[in-house]
Amino acid sequence: MSALAAILVRDMRIAVRVGGGALMGVLFFLVVVTLTPFAVGPDLALLKRIGPAILWLAALLASLLALDRLFANDHEDGSLDLILMGRAPLELVVAMKGLAHWLTTGLPLVIAAPLIGLFLNIDAAAEGALVLTLLVGTPALTFIGLIGAAIAVTLRRGGLLLAVIVLPLTVPVLIFGVAAANAAVTGPVPFGTPFTILCGLTLASLVVGPFAAAAALRQEIE
Amino acid sequence: MRLTAVELQCHRGGRDVFSGVSFAVGSGEALTVTGRNGAGKSSLLRTIAGLLRSAQGRLTLDGGDPELSIGEQAHYLGHQDAIKPSLSVAENLRFWADFFGAPSDDGHEPLAEVGLGALAGLPAAYLSAGQRRRLSIARLIAAKRPIWLLDEPTSALDAAAQGRLAVLMRAHLGGGGLIVAATHGPIGLDKTLELRLGQITPSPLVGEGRGGGSGGNAIAPTHAHPLATPTPNPSPQGGGEQS
Repeated sequence: MSALAAILVRDMRIAVRVGGGALMGVLFFLVVVTLTPFAVGPDLALLKRIGPAILWLAALLASLLALDRLFANDHEDGSLDLILMGRAPLELVVAMKGLAHWLTTGLPLVIAAPLIGLFLNIDAAAEGALVLTLLVGTPALTFIGLIGAAIAVTLRRGGLLLAVIVLPLTVPVLIFGVAAANAAVTGPVPFGTPFTILCGLTLASLVVGPFAAAAALRQEIE
Repeated sequence: MRLTAVELQCHRGGRDVFSGVSFAVGSGEALTVTGRNGAGKSSLLRTIAGLLRSAQGRLTLDGGDPELSIGEQAHYLGHQDAIKPSLSVAENLRFWADFFGAPSDDGHEPLAEVGLGALAGLPAAYLSAGQRRRLSIARLIAAKRPIWLLDEPTSALDAAAQGRLAVLMRAHLGGGGLIVAATHGPIGLDKTLELRLGQITPSPLVGEGRGGGSGGNAIAPTHAHPLATPTPNPSPQGGGEQS
């Protein structure tokens, strides 16, 4: 197995075992979305209108949940030192860790979204488009989050700092993700335009995230 | 292969941890780094590993792979074991072997060599401190790298495991590898070079423990011994008999 595949497999194994964060994200997502109708009231039209925004906000917060431990665990047990001494480029290692995190946290959200969307009176046709925006948008959330996770790696309570650093950076993704989802759910504005921009934001974050996070790790580890 | 340091200086947290450290260690040789607590033994190892930047000085490796940094040709056995508690013993080892590019095998042979063969399937969370240490040592033999940087390698190990480690170290040296080990006591090798790291500032802890040395140490020069000198068997301990 290559070094990068080894990282991917290890991180996914850890995430799905006892103490890993894989299911926590989905449960959090479920709880936040379930609470919304109780808070807003049984106004179906209103729920339908704000549904995509609620789903996106919940997905954003859920994907931040386990992110603060992404590098901190490796730093605390000394793994990060050894990773830095490996021959695999740190940027690619970081990208692999991001991929493992998305596969265990982001992807389950995307899979659960159609079911949870029913709670918010989103009809079947729009579900597809909504899920598509989450599928494209959640990798961007993870990879932007990598930067914050790397900056907060040496801090004991890095989670709060992580949220403060990362959430503002995710605003563009949130805007265009919700815009695309709203276009599909309530119309009549076209779905394609915001969705294309969302795709662009994701592609950019897939590149910028690992490089920025790797640079931050190299600085922090000293 | 020869690892040479010239006038290395390490600066951390606004003070010099050590300065003027020079040594040379070649294939088949082991260098023990001794000195009181806080003398910079671990910092020196981390500097060689490329995990700390040296403020001054040069660190060169002759005869290594010119494409790779020194850290990329070295194994580092630090205070932390880099073991994931939720993975099994074999999975932990397999991961590091894969990450360091070791050829694929079942990973059981290195485990047997450190005496963990029977525990391969056990989650690493159940290992004792000494067993965790042995699992870390298994990493050194699972993937071949010419330089071993060992930070107090015998800590937490029982006598039998220390003996096994000495055998592994001798095999590594016999295969042309080199070892730099920070230690307070003998590590079981017959012939080692020794580098004593001096003391930077007087400290209230002076006089405590064998690493602290006697009172004269408090005004020891701010520079480490300029060159490592070969010492006969057995290697002296810590800074204990430094006058």
